[in-house]
Amino acid sequence: MSFLQIIDLEKSFGNVEVLKRINLEIEEGGFLVLVGPSGCGKSTLLNTIAGLEPITAGEIRIGGRRVNELHPSKRDIAMVFQSYALYPNMTVAQNIGFGMEIRGVPKAEREAAIARVAETLQIGPLLSRKPSQLSGGQRQRVAMGRALVRDPQVFLFDEPLSNLDAKLRVDMRTEIKRLHQRMGTTIVYVTHDQIEAMTLASKIAVLKDGVLQQFGTPAEIYNNPVNTFVADFMGSPAMNLIPAKITNGSAGLALDLERGAAPPISLPLAHPPAGLVAYKGRDVIFGVRPEALTDPEGADRNAVSLAHADCFIEVVEPAGSDTFAVTHLGGKGVIARLRADANIAPGTTAPLAFNLSKSVFFDPETESRIL
Amino acid sequence: MTTAATETPLAASRTPSTLAPNRLARALIYTALILFAVYYLLPLYVMLVNSLKPLGEIRQGDMLSLPLATTVEPWLKAWSTAQIGVQPTGLKPYFMNSILMVVPAVFISTVLGALNGYVLTKWTFRGAGVVFGVMLLACFIPFQIVLIPMARMLGLLGLAGTIPGLVLVHVVYGLGFTTLFFRNYYAAFPSELVRAAQIDGASFFQIFRRILLPSSGPIIVVTVIWQFTNIWNDFLFGASFAGVDSIPVTVALNNLVSSSTGVKEYNVHFAGAIMAALPTLIVYIVSGRYFVRGLMAGAVKG
Repeated sequence: MSFLQIIDLEKSFGNVEVLKRINLEIEEGGFLVLVGPSGCGKSTLLNTIAGLEPITAGEIRIGGRRVNELHPSKRDIAMVFQSYALYPNMTVAQNIGFGMEIRGVPKAEREAAIARVAETLQIGPLLSRKPSQLSGGQRQRVAMGRALVRDPQVFLFDEPLSNLDAKLRVDMRTEIKRLHQRMGTTIVYVTHDQIEAMTLASKIAVLKDGVLQQFGTPAEIYNNPVNTFVADFMGSPAMNLIPAKITNGSAGLALDLERGAAPPISLPLAHPPAGLVAYKGRDVIFGVRPEALTDPEGADRNAVSLAHADCFIEVVEPAGSDTFAVTHLGGKGVIARLRADANIAPGTTAPLAFNLSKSVFFDPETESRIL
Repeated sequence: MTTAATETPLAASRTPSTLAPNRLARALIYTALILFAVYYLLPLYVMLVNSLKPLGEIRQGDMLSLPLATTVEPWLKAWSTAQIGVQPTGLKPYFMNSILMVVPAVFISTVLGALNGYVLTKWTFRGAGVVFGVMLLACFIPFQIVLIPMARMLGLLGLAGTIPGLVLVHVVYGLGFTTLFFRNYYAAFPSELVRAAQIDGASFFQIFRRILLPSSGPIIVVTVIWQFTNIWNDFLFGASFAGVDSIPVTVALNNLVSSSTGVKEYNVHFAGAIMAALPTLIVYIVSGRYFVRGLMAGAVKG
């Protein structure tokens, strides 16, 4: 049975529906990441789980218990805020111990708990400082300490890393993952950073305009996006979404891609999804991730369906570990991810390998996946 | 284009050739400022100097000269023996009345204003904007309009002519301002702190006392200065609602000046006037020191 359940949850501010019939669940010890662009309702969803925002309809259950009517402090949750929300007038130790102080935990017990958390997060030397005397990363740790000390059933993180600089963000991300592995507490984590979502989550929920787009494991979300929004949002560089046409090839279906002035490319589809037959002679959106569009030498040897085509390379962007090449297909810029030492020059025509078994197709009208 | 246009004068002002006119402009500004300061300080000087002169010296007509025979006699007289109305009591009992009126009135209106600001920003409810708008309107109501309704209210409450009655009047009248100050201050106070405290289990008043109040130093100082000055200096409410035993010092000062027996004792009047103004001066000087900026630094990464 799921540990945290969100059932038919709806939330409106006046007439504005910000969350529309959300259904989610995560097992005990799971790591649920809510991801989406700004204003998609992910933080509101987190606040409803915390009890900071009342919900309009539906139910939230933690550990099988309905918590809709419970005050935030009674839900057995702890939250880390985007701004850290450290009490400016209190020392680090007082910040961490404030919740216990309010609950009337004896002083000795309180200090033991603070010391334990300080040990875990290595913030012992900071305990007597004020938040204003801490660096961003240190504040982040203290905010986590305040959550850890409660030993809650669920941790809620509201974009906890977005105020840190890039390097620190990666370090803290690893640290959060390590903490989660060690403690095994259920976590709900909000972010707009899809890399954070991919690296941390055991389950990802992608939201857009208050509607849950897709809910699944990181691999499912990445490899089998249900629509163009999810496909475009997850992954960096984003998936190439190329207007294309399904035609009758010599051996079954084929995919035609416009190439500007040059004649179109026709790629034979060895194992097309069943639904694609209905699109014969019609337009589709062809989705291929940059790593599935490579130089022929760098292509996946085990790919079931590979196709090669010559493409005009407009721009080459060496990125150290990889080289990205931009070509033009179906009237759009398309990014291919090549080996770092791939022999390629801008302004020339080079063969590219399409890994069609890693490609997906979308209906151009509904933007839904064609299965 | 636009950056080039704005950068040119900035760069020019830093070159040595423009330094000389700059210095001249500066000298002119300082001269003007000093003249204005002297102009504003002159009345205080006149009052101070003349309050320390025997009456005879003032009669000779030179208001600006320093005293030849310095005396504190006018101060002592103004404080304890001057004729005010029919009683030769000096300003002392009225000064006490003012203190008994001002201290609770400032305290209560500040606390209520802080609570109002807290509710209007952190516990907003449907119609909070309207409530705040109406309270704001109270700031614009002239004193004269509320005189008669207020007199009736005080009569009904049995507080007419008493110090608690005056305290009530000033609290009610000041509430609009104190609420305005605290609401605007708390609007910028990060709501995430309140939410964090809620999750920590703190109650409505615990959040107020433990989280908001400790960070409210600057606005408390502003409110106290504002309220203290206004209430201490008030004349109309004091003249309208005070009884024989609750006359504030401003009204008493007027009585002192207007009830001289034959001779106008200007030196005593000057001393009395300075005395009556002294507490507001002290409040400015003392609380100004606590006007600490940056109390909120570090609460939230900005």
